[in-house]
Amino acid sequence: MSYIGKSVKRIEDKRLVTGKGKYTDDIKIPGLTHAYILRSPYASANILGIDTSAAKSAEGVISVFVGTDIEGIRGVPTGWQVNFKNGDTMKEPAHPLLVTDAVRHVGDAVALVIAETKEQARDAADLIDVDYEVLEAAVDPAEAIKDGAPLVHEDAPNNICFDWELGNPVSEVDAALAKAHHITSLDFINQRLVPNAIEPRSAIGHYEEHNDHYTLYTSTQNPHLTRLLLCAFVLGIPEHKVRVVSFDVGGGFGSKIFHYTEEALVIWASRKINRPIKWTAERSESFLTDAHGRDHVTSAKMGFDKAGKMVALKVDTIANLGAYLSTFAPAVPTWLHGTLLQGLYTTPKIHIDLKAVFTHTNAVDAYRGAGRPEATYLLERLVDLAALEMNMDPAELRRINFIPAFNGVTEPGYQTQVALQYDSGNYHGVLDRALEKVGYKDFRKAQQESLAKGKLLGIGFSTYIEACGIAPSAVVGALGARAGLFESAQVRVQPTGKVSVYTGSHSHGQGHETTFVQVVADKLGIPMEDVDLVHGDSDAVAFGMGTYGSRSLAVGGSAIVKSVEKILEKGAKIAAHKLEASVDDLDYANGKWTVKGTDKSIAFGDVSLTAYVPHDYPQGLEPGLDFASFYDPTNFTYPFGAHIAIVEIDKETGKVTLQRFVAVDDVGNVINPMIVEGQIHGGVAQGIGQAMLEGAVYDESGQLINGSYMDYAMPRADDFPSFEVERTVTPCPHNPLGVKGAGEAGTIGSTPAVVNAVIDALWKAGFKVKDIKMPLTPERVWTAMNN
Amino acid sequence: MIPASFEYKKATSVQEAISMLGSEDKILAGGHSLIPAMKLRLNMPTGLVDISKIESLKEIRDNEKSISIGAGVSHATIANNPEISKHMPMISEAASMIGDIQVRNVGTIGGSIAHADPSADWPGVLLASDATVVIANAEGSREVDIDQFFTGFFETALQDNEIITHVRIPKTAANANSCYVKFVQPASRFAIVGCAAAVEKVNGSVKSIRVAFNGVGDNAYRATGIENALKDQKLSAENIGSAASHATDGIDVMDDHFASENYRSHLASVFAKRALSRL
Amino acid sequence: MSNQITIKVNGKSYTREVEGRTLLASFLREDLSLTGTHIGCDTSGCGACTVLLDGKAVKSCTILAVQADGATVKTIEGMAENGNLHPLQASFKEKHGLQCGFCTPGMIMVASDFLASNPKPNEQEIRESLEGNFCRCTGYHNIVLAIKDAADTMSA
Repeated sequence: MSYIGKSVKRIEDKRLVTGKGKYTDDIKIPGLTHAYILRSPYASANILGIDTSAAKSAEGVISVFVGTDIEGIRGVPTGWQVNFKNGDTMKEPAHPLLVTDAVRHVGDAVALVIAETKEQARDAADLIDVDYEVLEAAVDPAEAIKDGAPLVHEDAPNNICFDWELGNPVSEVDAALAKAHHITSLDFINQRLVPNAIEPRSAIGHYEEHNDHYTLYTSTQNPHLTRLLLCAFVLGIPEHKVRVVSFDVGGGFGSKIFHYTEEALVIWASRKINRPIKWTAERSESFLTDAHGRDHVTSAKMGFDKAGKMVALKVDTIANLGAYLSTFAPAVPTWLHGTLLQGLYTTPKIHIDLKAVFTHTNAVDAYRGAGRPEATYLLERLVDLAALEMNMDPAELRRINFIPAFNGVTEPGYQTQVALQYDSGNYHGVLDRALEKVGYKDFRKAQQESLAKGKLLGIGFSTYIEACGIAPSAVVGALGARAGLFESAQVRVQPTGKVSVYTGSHSHGQGHETTFVQVVADKLGIPMEDVDLVHGDSDAVAFGMGTYGSRSLAVGGSAIVKSVEKILEKGAKIAAHKLEASVDDLDYANGKWTVKGTDKSIAFGDVSLTAYVPHDYPQGLEPGLDFASFYDPTNFTYPFGAHIAIVEIDKETGKVTLQRFVAVDDVGNVINPMIVEGQIHGGVAQGIGQAMLEGAVYDESGQLINGSYMDYAMPRADDFPSFEVERTVTPCPHNPLGVKGAGEAGTIGSTPAVVNAVIDALWKAGFKVKDIKMPLTPERVWTAMNN
Repeated sequence: MIPASFEYKKATSVQEAISMLGSEDKILAGGHSLIPAMKLRLNMPTGLVDISKIESLKEIRDNEKSISIGAGVSHATIANNPEISKHMPMISEAASMIGDIQVRNVGTIGGSIAHADPSADWPGVLLASDATVVIANAEGSREVDIDQFFTGFFETALQDNEIITHVRIPKTAANANSCYVKFVQPASRFAIVGCAAAVEKVNGSVKSIRVAFNGVGDNAYRATGIENALKDQKLSAENIGSAASHATDGIDVMDDHFASENYRSHLASVFAKRALSRL
Repeated sequence: MSNQITIKVNGKSYTREVEGRTLLASFLREDLSLTGTHIGCDTSGCGACTVLLDGKAVKSCTILAVQADGATVKTIEGMAENGNLHPLQASFKEKHGLQCGFCTPGMIMVASDFLASNPKPNEQEIRESLEGNFCRCTGYHNIVLAIKDAADTMSA
């Protein structure tokens, strides 16, 4: 039976298309109470007093808590530590569950109201009187680091959390730039985005006094890590007393990786009132409190020699972290961004200098791609712009700078100037295929012809690499991770030969219930119907590091494969005993062990039964057929690809229409092509969303002025053409499945392709603009043509 | 997400609705402007008088020289009405561009113009169509010429204790040759600029013309500068182009996160051109 | 301020007391435990809460439960009949038109209204029909294919 590589339809769909999914807000528990969180309307203010008396006596109200009620709890921690260049520890201010003395962004949590119904909780919140002393806010990260700017935290001078650098010595980079034939420079902003998973975050805390046990139902990508942080770092509850459950989750895109204050609040308060408590975000709260993404201010220079070969890259970035450090925040602009600045190119000298900055805005953390889209945007904008400036073909400029193909097995990995060693790649392959698919030569002709008719057509390229499945633990530990980044899996064969697979990865749209089952059924040679996946429950699954960074199949899938191998190894011993043969004389295929060269065989189900009814059994072998594994990879995986966008600009209005989008991605081996394509589609849509529509906008006072779907432009179906996606396959050399990861590739690659296409259209029409701020609103494009 | 508590009052007739209406109450028609505002507690009425069940408000009546559209008629019903499409295509066109399928199924023309969002589509279209707004009150009813109806930012000629019963649109030659074009705000898809135009031509020359905008100023308005420039003229590209430059004459053009004053003014001219070029 | 209402949902009649402010979406989820209807926003934008009210797609977060008194409502739970998936449900599965599944009920409900009035839509019409529904996972690509596929099945 062969499942790997087939577009098997998804197992999880039956419940999801019939409305039987079980998302956190769907859960009801007897005695459930409802929470509403009163949030700050100001970006920066001292709290002079809070009067909760009217709220406490309102109908149905059970309790109202404020920050001073939560004594001794410092708040939620961050999971990464990045030090200053001089070795000093980064500034790590407390992120309290409820503020005490001051609010630091609009949406900061001020009071928790718990009532019998959510209506009563909401009504009572209106009765709380908070006396604010409103202060000036630091909002723009580039302004926030200037002397005299308002401080977000007293102990972080100039609002700097840390500074950081990576790459070759800056003197070497400067020297190479000084000798360059041409330098392309670009100052730009990679704007702040709101992740906008369509399911708002939700958490239910349930303390049961009779066994002193807590259950947290929560919409997380990361149940075990949430439990670890909640127990060990926030509330000091013994971990074995807490179960974290995350059944169906309605999208994450990074925003549900993190341990949020609300999760700790409902657990803490549940014990206080001895009843279960549900909190579900309203969309306006999601806008204000789901960790945002991106938000870099960058100045970059790329030097070229006469032939167009890249000689150096120098980058200065200011990364906005918001008011508090979210779980992964320090890692995103550093180890997930600076390390990707080699791109697909052989640039010999690279340096990045970065300042991570606090502002009076919501926290910024990993959002689909996390650091890698920022790196790709930077590189790919520079390359296309350089081609325009040097009057070279952008595809050709890339070709002459690409790292030559290497398979990572017989040819070594590629050591970059920025710490990483790429595993395997064939970068010419994806670009050539994309050019062919888009019909590049014909397009250039059509572009000229349409220009003569007054139509502005443009083509934009992006050839990207990313690093996913971040690992190994020892390396990330050295880089400041406060956790390991392995994954765990358990494969439990039931006596009847049916199989339960327990994974520490978490599926919230990725289709693990199908792909992981494909892998196990394929390796065991049994029908998929005989295998089920269990995830998202810390009581069922031994441990897990969750799903993010496109790591699930590469790391979690590899752990599963390890367990399957252990099953087959032990199963072979049982089979050999039953068949009166030696293990070495057995073949395993199609769900049975066969003695080589004979028709003597025993089925997987019979071996399973024997393992649990060990009457006639190998001596010294333990009964049972159930193996747990932990897999800690030896390297990241490095998917790559080439994305090409074709746009048309309405000259009168500046409106950009995306006519075509071609993506050729290489994510290594593929278990389920249908699901991989779906991941690429979704990723591409989010990347195009950044280029054309999305962007969180704070005004000078720190108000998020587009914090609703009336104002924040979410991409809709009619904003896109049908996507044209294809793949090449360069297997990952260092994991058993040869897979690399597909969740973020689309987002990482697509954004610069679209912006480059608009810039191309404008240059070809004589408007030589270097940059238009994202999102490329019609007005910005029109202004670029009418300056 | 949760509106403040209020008293729900279901009216079975217009007069009953008027008698039910308290001073802090709001009228609930389709509710697609009101309920979102109430969920965010931007609007907290003490009572809602539901007129959505009043059958007389849901009629589209084809009079000999006009069509009356009941205030409670949904955008979808208007969009699908063949008589409206034949006699006043811009009305159908605008109706089919409002919101989305779900919003069009519930939202009503009366609710929309009573709310008078400057970016909504109906105000501009009704101005261009020379409509009459028919209003009921305790004394009976009165009619307001559409030119006098939109008085300011979210403000209309409607008094407290009054309910719009229907809108009457004449079957003129101009309305038979009309269209509506809009440039949308990408998030809400309300109009940044909406332009409705109705032109009666005799022997190729403009005999009567009405051009109106929404999304541009504090309230929808008629662009009399454009109308005057084209009266008795041919609708040549050149004439349209120079007339369109008067799109925002005398108007305090809005400036917001989605479009600056300068850009919006430019778009108004562009969309005037695009509308008129189709007629 | 309680109001008694009777609503027929998925073929079954329910009589309940509700507050005037109770939204139809909350009524379905909380009072009737029909949690397949999802709430994704508070400004009538996302469409996750779409149900059929007297056969027409509406955003149940923007309709008061009292307004639906006497009406017939169909939710995602009422789409499959006799254990057979509705063609739209089957096509969403077949074409991988869903990932996290949160927007899916709303997508299917609006598509069922759309296909009733436009049984043989082209790609652009399908895309425009989804103006009131957000999906963050699929880039809409496979949703469009799924609706086309269902249209083909239903008009065959």
